[in-house]
Amino acid sequence: MPATTKTTSQLLFNGILSENPIFRLALSMCPAVGITTTVMNGLLLGVAVLFVQVFSGCTIAAIKNHIHPRIRIPTYTLTIATWVTVIDLILAAYLPDAYKQMGIFVKLIVAFAIITMRLETFACKNTVKSSFWDGLGMGLGFLLGMMTLGFVRELLGMGTLFGYDVLGVRPLLFFVLPAAGFFCVGFMMAIFNYVELAYNRSKTAKQS
Amino acid sequence: MKTTTVKNVLVCVLALLGLLLLSGCGQEHPFVQKTAFKDTSSIVIKFAGPVDEGRAKDISNYTVYEKPDPDIKLKISQVELSPDKRTLTLTFERELNQKQPHMISIKEINSEGRSLGSAFVSVKKLYLGYLFSVLIGAMLINNFVFSKYLGLCVFFGTSQKKSTAVGMGITFTIVMVFSAMMAWFLYQFVLKPYRLDFLQIVVFIGLVSLSVQAVDTILRKLNPVLFKAFGVYLVLVIANCIIIAVPLTLAANEYNAMESLMLALGAGVGFLIALFLMASVRERLELANVPPTYRGLPIAFVVAGLFALAFLGFSGMSIF
Repeated sequence: MPATTKTTSQLLFNGILSENPIFRLALSMCPAVGITTTVMNGLLLGVAVLFVQVFSGCTIAAIKNHIHPRIRIPTYTLTIATWVTVIDLILAAYLPDAYKQMGIFVKLIVAFAIITMRLETFACKNTVKSSFWDGLGMGLGFLLGMMTLGFVRELLGMGTLFGYDVLGVRPLLFFVLPAAGFFCVGFMMAIFNYVELAYNRSKTAKQS
Repeated sequence: MKTTTVKNVLVCVLALLGLLLLSGCGQEHPFVQKTAFKDTSSIVIKFAGPVDEGRAKDISNYTVYEKPDPDIKLKISQVELSPDKRTLTLTFERELNQKQPHMISIKEINSEGRSLGSAFVSVKKLYLGYLFSVLIGAMLINNFVFSKYLGLCVFFGTSQKKSTAVGMGITFTIVMVFSAMMAWFLYQFVLKPYRLDFLQIVVFIGLVSLSVQAVDTILRKLNPVLFKAFGVYLVLVIANCIIIAVPLTLAANEYNAMESLMLALGAGVGFLIALFLMASVRERLELANVPPTYRGLPIAFVVAGLFALAFLGFSGMSIF
């Protein structure tokens, strides 16, 4: 496959909208369900994933000509693992409280399908620069997805945003329960589907 | 054909289990035969031979603490030696929290004039029962899919049919046990002694990919029939975050070999149970009249949410 011809902004928005990792590709669901109880958690893990995505994408794009095709996947895994170790140690050192709340999920970034997938389909064929923008787009898409979920769950569950009291009441405490993460993601996907169906319907109606 | 392959796998797993059970239960010091809790506030230590009365009765020779808090030493009020000088009873000032394993260090044991060095032994209540509770804990109470929300990509991907669910579950369990035991070994004997804990993630993920590759190669040569049945799922195993979460958990909690084995087995079987439950529901959903916006993944997520609520009922349960 030849290198991509897309412009920088196309690469960036590709990850945020048309190939949003959480709602469109349905990859890396574990953290989306597990820790999006507050916006802050979603934001922090999103930043961690963004970091790993961008840096491992750039690393692979830089050394792509020296990787033997047969040991491609192990190379990707080890690259990701290295960058995950870096962000894991940084978070543990500078934000110990938030790190404790996120628990094992920071370390588990290493097993996220989305990062390996982008390395396999994009970074190993493109230049460092376009990989950087692609990683940034994908990471931002993930970050926004996480924050949306966190926003809904924190607002409905605790009536707060970023820890500040907004509503003054707790409308549905149920949404703080971890199990509600499944419902939230399910409903969110249903909304995305609904918009898509409605859009397609109006398009066909116009054509006919 | 299929049932025999499943049986083969079961026999393999049981044999492995038995082997580890036999090797894993030794005490830490050759001269200390048995340690156990007695009543609410005593610990009994049995020695292989008679010990010297003078040294054994000196309270300052013993330090006892609960395994999670090495800094809080428990106060001993009395030391008794049985007439045959083989059984020692330590009585404590306060009641012991028998749910926690306790560590005892004994300075300089002397037996019939010979010095046998210091001993460092642990006391646990009902060791097998404790192991069982680790197993059930990983399987149901803290089910990795429904209570810890891990491994969801593979969970939603392979829970469409019961047969796929069972195949994936069994393959996953085998690889899980395999790689968790290797991870435990590497962590305890390489990473920890050389202070390389920060390389955990890199080492464990490498280990997992290696063991998937190893199982793939071994199975292909050894049992082509089995490979045909389960080979396709092997690639998916590595994309499952449970397989990396278990080594990290057992490293963080400092589990010993048996506990690690039970955790890995519980995680695998728990994943199998979750997959099977989900597959049964999704086979039914095929026939149901689901609104078009909910078809496919959204409804699967709602079902998983209901399961998670049901599994919430297990939380806080403790066995033994």
